[in-house]
Amino acid sequence: MGEFAQQVINGLSLGSIYALIALGYTMVYGIIQLINFAHGDVYMVGAYVGYFSMTTLRLGFFESLLIAMVICMVLGVVIERVAYKPLRNSTRIAVLITAIGVSLLLEYTMMFFVGAAVRSYPPLPDYLTGSFQVGGVTVGNQQVLIIGVSLLLMAILQLIVRRTRVGRAMRAVSQDADAARLMGINVDNTISFTFALGSALAGAAGVLVGVYYNSINPLMGILPGLKAFVAAVFGGIGLIPGALIGGFFIGGVETFVSAAGQSLYKDAVVFGILIAILIIKPTGLLGRNVKEKV
Amino acid sequence: MFEVEDLNVHFGGIHALKGISLRVDEGEIVTLVGANGAGKTTTLRTASGLKKPTSGRITLDGKDITKLSAQDRVKRGLCQVPEGRRVFPAMSVSENLDLGAYLRRDRAGVAADLTNVFERFPVLGERRRQLAGTLSGGEQQMLAMGRALMSRPKVLLLDEPSMGLAPLLVQEIFSIIADINAEGTTVLLVEQNANMALQVAHRAYVMETGTMVMSGTAAELSQTDDIKKAYLGG
Repeated sequence: MGEFAQQVINGLSLGSIYALIALGYTMVYGIIQLINFAHGDVYMVGAYVGYFSMTTLRLGFFESLLIAMVICMVLGVVIERVAYKPLRNSTRIAVLITAIGVSLLLEYTMMFFVGAAVRSYPPLPDYLTGSFQVGGVTVGNQQVLIIGVSLLLMAILQLIVRRTRVGRAMRAVSQDADAARLMGINVDNTISFTFALGSALAGAAGVLVGVYYNSINPLMGILPGLKAFVAAVFGGIGLIPGALIGGFFIGGVETFVSAAGQSLYKDAVVFGILIAILIIKPTGLLGRNVKEKV
Repeated sequence: MFEVEDLNVHFGGIHALKGISLRVDEGEIVTLVGANGAGKTTTLRTASGLKKPTSGRITLDGKDITKLSAQDRVKRGLCQVPEGRRVFPAMSVSENLDLGAYLRRDRAGVAADLTNVFERFPVLGERRRQLAGTLSGGEQQMLAMGRALMSRPKVLLLDEPSMGLAPLLVQEIFSIIADINAEGTTVLLVEQNANMALQVAHRAYVMETGTMVMSGTAAELSQTDDIKKAYLGG
C-alpha cells in the first residue's frame, strides 16, 4: 500500500510535467489545427534558459522559472509569426512539415551553441532538496514543488481562458475563426497569444524537468514532446481538460510500468496506448465526434 | 451611408464579382436578391473584410474602408450576421452575446443593450446559460442577430436570415428586422427568399452570376415580370 502511494506521488510529479507540455499542444491544435512538433523543443529551450539563469546568472529557482517562461513565450510567438503565419492559407501538411523543420532547427541550433553533452542542473537550495514522510510515504520537497507549480500554472491558465477577454477570444477563434473576425476579434493576435501561453507553460516544464531529473541535453525535448502529444490525444486534442487528464494518465502509466520493473518498456506502453486510442476512440477521452455541417 | 463601387473579387481564376456597385442610405433596408451562386455572400464577406477584393472601393459614412481589417470595420459600426448563423456552439448564449460587444468599453451601454436584446428575443433570456450549439435553428438565428446588435452597429449586414427556418419563424425574423431598422439601424439584407425580402425592403438589387442586373425600389421590382418569374414563383 505504501509502495502504491509512493508511486502515485511519483506519477503525479511526472504527469504534471507532461500535462504542462500537453496544454501547449492542445491549445495550439484547438486554435489552428496544427500539431506543433516544435513544442517539445521549446520545452528544451526552457530547460537551458533555466540552467543558465541558475548557473551563469546565479539566480534562484523561482526567478529562473519566470525568466524561462518569458523567454519561451517570446520564442513561441516568434516561431508562430515567422514560420507558421505565412502559411496560414496553405495546406495543413505544409505547416506540419514546417513544424518538424522548426523542431530540428531548434535542436541543432542549441547543440551548436551549447554542445551535445549532457549537463547537470545546479543543486537546489536546501529547502527544495529535502523530503518528508507522510504515513510511510516519502515525499520529496522537489515533488511538492513540481506538482504545486504545475497546479498553480494550470489554475492561472484556466482563469485566463475562462474569465478574461483574451481567453474568450481564444475560445471564439478555436470554435469559428471567421465568426470571431466578425465580432471584431483580431485573430492573428489571438493565435500569437495562444502560442505565448502554451510556450510559457512548456518553458516552465523544462525547468521543472531539469530540477527533477537533474540532467538536460539539446535533444531532451523529443521524447517528452511526443509523450505530451500522446497525452493530448488521449484526453481529446484541442480540449484543455483533456490535456490535463491525459498528462497525469501518461505520467502515471509510465511510473507504474517502471515500478513494476519494466522500465525498458515504458515508452512502448505509452505509444501502445496512442495506437489503442486511435483505434478505439480517435477523438480521445473527452472528445466528441463532430459531424461536419454543410 | 454604406457604398460599394465597382467591386471585383476573384477566387483563384474564378471572377466571382464582376464590378458590382450598390448603395445603402441611412435608415434604409436594402435587399440583395439572386439565385444560389450569384455572389451575394461573397459581396457581404468582402464588405466585412473576410475576403480581399481585387479592385473597387467600399465606403462607410463616406470614409474608405476597403483596406481596413475586419475588426476595424466592426469598430466603425459595420456588423454582419453571417450565413448559417455561425454562433459559437460550445459557448453559452450569454457568452455569445458578450462576444458581440467584444470591442466595446462602455459597460453601462453594453448592459443596457443586453437588456434590449433580451426584451427583443425573450427566448435568449430564458436560455442564457444554455450552450448555443443546443439551440434550435430559429433560436440560433435570434442569437446571431442579438449578438450583432450587441456591437451597436450603424449598418447591419444580414446573410440569409430565413435559411432553413419554418415559415412562421421566417415571418417573425422579418418583422424583427423591420423593427431593428425602424429603431435606426441601416440594413443590407441578402436573401434567396425574394418574396419576403421585397416586402420589408425599401430598395432592392438583383444579382446574377457576379453582376448587378437590376435595381429599383422594392415595390417596382416586385412588379417586374422577370423578377416575378425568376424569384417570386409567378
